Amino acid sequence: MAIFEKFRELAAARQTLMESSMDPFNVVIEQILSATEAIVGGRRTILAGTNNYLGLTFDPRCIDAASQAVQEEGTGTTGSRMANGSFAGHVALERELADFYGMATGIVFSTGYLANLGILSTLPGKNDVILLDADCHASIYDGCKLGDAEVIRFRHNDPADLEKRLQRLGDRTTRTLIIVEGIYSMLGDRAPLAPIAAIKKQYGAFLLVDEAHSLGVLGKHGRGLAEEAGVEEHVDFIVGTFSKSLGATGGFCLSRRHELELLRYASRPYVFTASPSPSVIASTRMALHILRTSPDLQTRLWDNARHLYKELQSLGFTLGPEPSPVVATILPKKEQAVALWNGLLKAGIYVNLILPPAAPNGASLLRCSVSAAHTEEQISKICQAFASLKPSP
Amino acid sequence: MPSYQDILPQVYEILRQFTPEGKSPTEDMELVADLGLASMQVMELLLEIEDQFDVSVPLNILPDVKTVKDLVTQLEHITSQP
Repeated sequence: MAIFEKFRELAAARQTLMESSMDPFNVVIEQILSATEAIVGGRRTILAGTNNYLGLTFDPRCIDAASQAVQEEGTGTTGSRMANGSFAGHVALERELADFYGMATGIVFSTGYLANLGILSTLPGKNDVILLDADCHASIYDGCKLGDAEVIRFRHNDPADLEKRLQRLGDRTTRTLIIVEGIYSMLGDRAPLAPIAAIKKQYGAFLLVDEAHSLGVLGKHGRGLAEEAGVEEHVDFIVGTFSKSLGATGGFCLSRRHELELLRYASRPYVFTASPSPSVIASTRMALHILRTSPDLQTRLWDNARHLYKELQSLGFTLGPEPSPVVATILPKKEQAVALWNGLLKAGIYVNLILPPAAPNGASLLRCSVSAAHTEEQISKICQAFASLKPSP
Repeated sequence: MPSYQDILPQVYEILRQFTPEGKSPTEDMELVADLGLASMQVMELLLEIEDQFDVSVPLNILPDVKTVKDLVTQLEHITSQP
């Protein structure tokens, strides 16, 4: 059919991939057993690619909160908040998130993807400029594409390159929104936020930090990279997600400025989407409470992350630039990455396969995400599987 | 302010980093369909061009850039801005 013609190359690439592999992008979890284990292909499998950083998806307190919400509030909201109204839980979660971050106000979105779409398509307008790190997530690019602002990339984690671009903008810098991420999802590296915040201040720009992968992971209280770097006062907007450390689905944006509230009337990805279900809101609120009161989870997460990073490094794998709960193994050849991914799955280890052009610099990646819920034995099993399957140079 | 003819050979030179050996770009060639650049490579190409001409190239131009000629025309416009 003509309408599918444009996918011809994609279909060919898929066909080639499927000749040597099961479809790595459509893996079926036949039965989920815990935050770190599932049955895949009839085999008990360690989940090391699900961004479940604090392992809260099976926390009994979160499950109880969700169950109670289903019983008391039903299974869904059946529409958007503008049309159907907000449930008390939506409002309470927004207040709790704003309180956690010390921000004036916040908006909850139905997914993290929609949070970026909702903010970036609406907040910066026709005469404004967005300066985004080249390695930003697809949701940030897509949000920019939906909006009217001028969009300029700067080289990944390069404050000097950012400053060069700000200098070229002249007096438009005060209408510029800089966007970076706390932890970048592909290689697990952090933004150099202290120099970026200093540059932002110097040029009078705005700064948005997407803490999707760093909420619950970085900072003494788990607020993310801005907290760890000691620059929270310079961050104008925080975007985050409930689908990683908080173990559910949904997203949010927080701001120091009360005017953020106006986006509830103007942001199409907020207005025209069904709001999160009561059970999702209830488990997220409980997960946020646990995150705030259980710093030991972050300690366990980092122990596991350092363990895996160190072991894979000692095995001679090329890894992302720094230890983090995202441990990316970089492979020069796509075929090596596909073979290793299949080998790991057969050995009962599920990780993420990232093929060009999705990964930076045209590389192929096997991306592990570590959880506080992984046991030492599970981390050791992951390392053993990598060791036995290491491709010859 | 460089002219179209000043910009073209410099863009050819930068493009050679992204195209297979032996494939020489011409003005009418499409960056993706003819020169085989992936979407991410087009954005990397822009970063190199920005350094070469000391300008910032907004991603907003990309829907209007199919061929080498389209790219050079956009650059001529951008470099002519005060």
